[in-house]
Amino acid sequence: MELLYALTLGVLTMSGVYLLLRARTFPVVVGLTLISYAVNLFLFAMGRLHTGKPAVLGQVAEHADPLPQALVLTAIVIGFAMTAFALVLALRAQGELENDHVDGRGKR
Amino acid sequence: MDHLVILPILLPMFAGALLLLSGRASEGFKRSLCLLATLLQLPLAIALMAQASGGLQVYAAGNWMPPFGIVLVVDHLAALLLLVTAVLAIAAVVYAVRGDDLLGANFHALFQFQLMGINGAFLTGDLFNLFVFFEILLIASYALLLHGTGSARIRSGLHYVLLNLFGSALFLIAIGTLYGVTGTLNLADLSQRVAQLPAPDAPLVGAAAMLLLVVFGLKAAVFPLYFWLPKAYAAATPPVAALFAIMTKVGIYSILRIYTQVFGDTAGPLADLANGWLWPAALLTLVLGTIGALAASTLNGLISYLLVVSVGTLLAGLALDSHDALVGSLYYLIHSTWVCGALFLFAGIISRCRGPRFVGRLVPGPALSRPTLLSGLFFLAAISVIGLPPLSGFVGKLLLLRAAETGVAAGWLYSLLLGSGLVSIIAFSRAGSTLFWRTDPAAAAGGPVDNVRLAAVLALLLCSPLLVVFAGPLLDYLTITVDQLLDPQEYARQVLSMQISTSGGGH
Repeated sequence: MELLYALTLGVLTMSGVYLLLRARTFPVVVGLTLISYAVNLFLFAMGRLHTGKPAVLGQVAEHADPLPQALVLTAIVIGFAMTAFALVLALRAQGELENDHVDGRGKR
Repeated sequence: MDHLVILPILLPMFAGALLLLSGRASEGFKRSLCLLATLLQLPLAIALMAQASGGLQVYAAGNWMPPFGIVLVVDHLAALLLLVTAVLAIAAVVYAVRGDDLLGANFHALFQFQLMGINGAFLTGDLFNLFVFFEILLIASYALLLHGTGSARIRSGLHYVLLNLFGSALFLIAIGTLYGVTGTLNLADLSQRVAQLPAPDAPLVGAAAMLLLVVFGLKAAVFPLYFWLPKAYAAATPPVAALFAIMTKVGIYSILRIYTQVFGDTAGPLADLANGWLWPAALLTLVLGTIGALAASTLNGLISYLLVVSVGTLLAGLALDSHDALVGSLYYLIHSTWVCGALFLFAGIISRCRGPRFVGRLVPGPALSRPTLLSGLFFLAAISVIGLPPLSGFVGKLLLLRAAETGVAAGWLYSLLLGSGLVSIIAFSRAGSTLFWRTDPAAAAGGPVDNVRLAAVLALLLCSPLLVVFAGPLLDYLTITVDQLLDPQEYARQVLSMQISTSGGGH
């Protein structure tokens, strides 16, 4: 499971960075989304990977660390809002600059 | 428990929420509410400063005890920075209510949320909470930066938003790694865990710490991560740019907090981790900022690059890592925040006087009304920000240079800091003579000067001679601040020894 998990993170991050470097607003936003997925999964894994362990005290003998899950929830909410904002901004930039390059110039 | 500690966060939060709800209310109501909420920050900050001198104030949110709950900690440094923010924010908001707030929607609400984020970042004693407050101040700053119109603002705003989104991702990776290895995010607890770190874990924690440095460097606009700043700040409206003068300092503050208290002298195998990197980065920031200032073609661009120079100067003080150097850095931090803020506001006044055709471009323009007053103010601000006697920039630089003592480091610092001062004099005299003397007779006469806006600038500029007059008591305060900062064990002891104060309140 660890290997699969690590590979997933790696592929997500790699794709995200590649898309970021495309320097076109839409791919950049998608790239940032992929990176934030990878980061959220990474945060989650920092509580160690378990199966069948609830993050609730008192119900079972062994429980998973609830803190990373809380951190991930916060990060997801913030990341979601940020993606929405970046999208709106990208649309406005496209409208005002008539170009989808992040510098607002270059070939269309 | 004393709830005063959390008020600098709650006050702008509720004021901001109320301002959002009263979206249709009259401008007068919104302006007065925003002004009132910002003015209240000042007595709050002073009260916290007085409390801080009686020892560390720790506030456990929701009465969850550290290291498990989130704590807010007021020490001398946090209280001081709250005060610096409050003074700057009051001047910015007084300037803004004269019309700049109408350029876009919800200026006042965003302004309050921005203050909430900044205050929270200074107060928090928890790394993840620091991330959350960073995000709050960033979200507000994204919207504030785009306040108004213009394609330059959109373009630089897009860069700013995308870079900071990536920065946030790095921040989370660093936080995740630190939590995964040490099992805590409370700064006090973290400093103890890092000090007793087993050797195999050290590289992993070191990597996370360096990632944090990248994130804070991006916020503080340190070489090679400062390229977004000049364009973004030069395009922002004057009150927003003035408030943003404290934003780079939030980055500097975080570097100071994390790399003296957690990865400082006591950090075992990771002691003084960042110092080797901070020094060259600081000097390069200083040099490149100076070159940028020399090449700037607008007044706002010039001031933005001077902000970069001030970041380089501050960071050089941090990298020297001695008691005296930190005192000098903190003094310089207060000075540069207020004076750069005043300069941004002043550039706004000049741009309005010169009309939309010339704004702040450094080309011969119309003759200004009340030239003696404006040029006199410009002269004073320039002297202060460059660091010539008798104003506060001089004292700040003197403290830093004296702290460098002798040796190779001193050689670099003396030559670069003084050289940068000289080049800044050239840049400023060129800008000043173009703005005030080389008038274009064909251009229409300049507009009137607004007295309230001028008063805001004057009030901030007046802080510079005040910083010199009260340098003695201030330096005493800063000495205690740095003593406290350089004693992470005492900090950790006081934070972690907190007990549940009300019976039955714990879990």
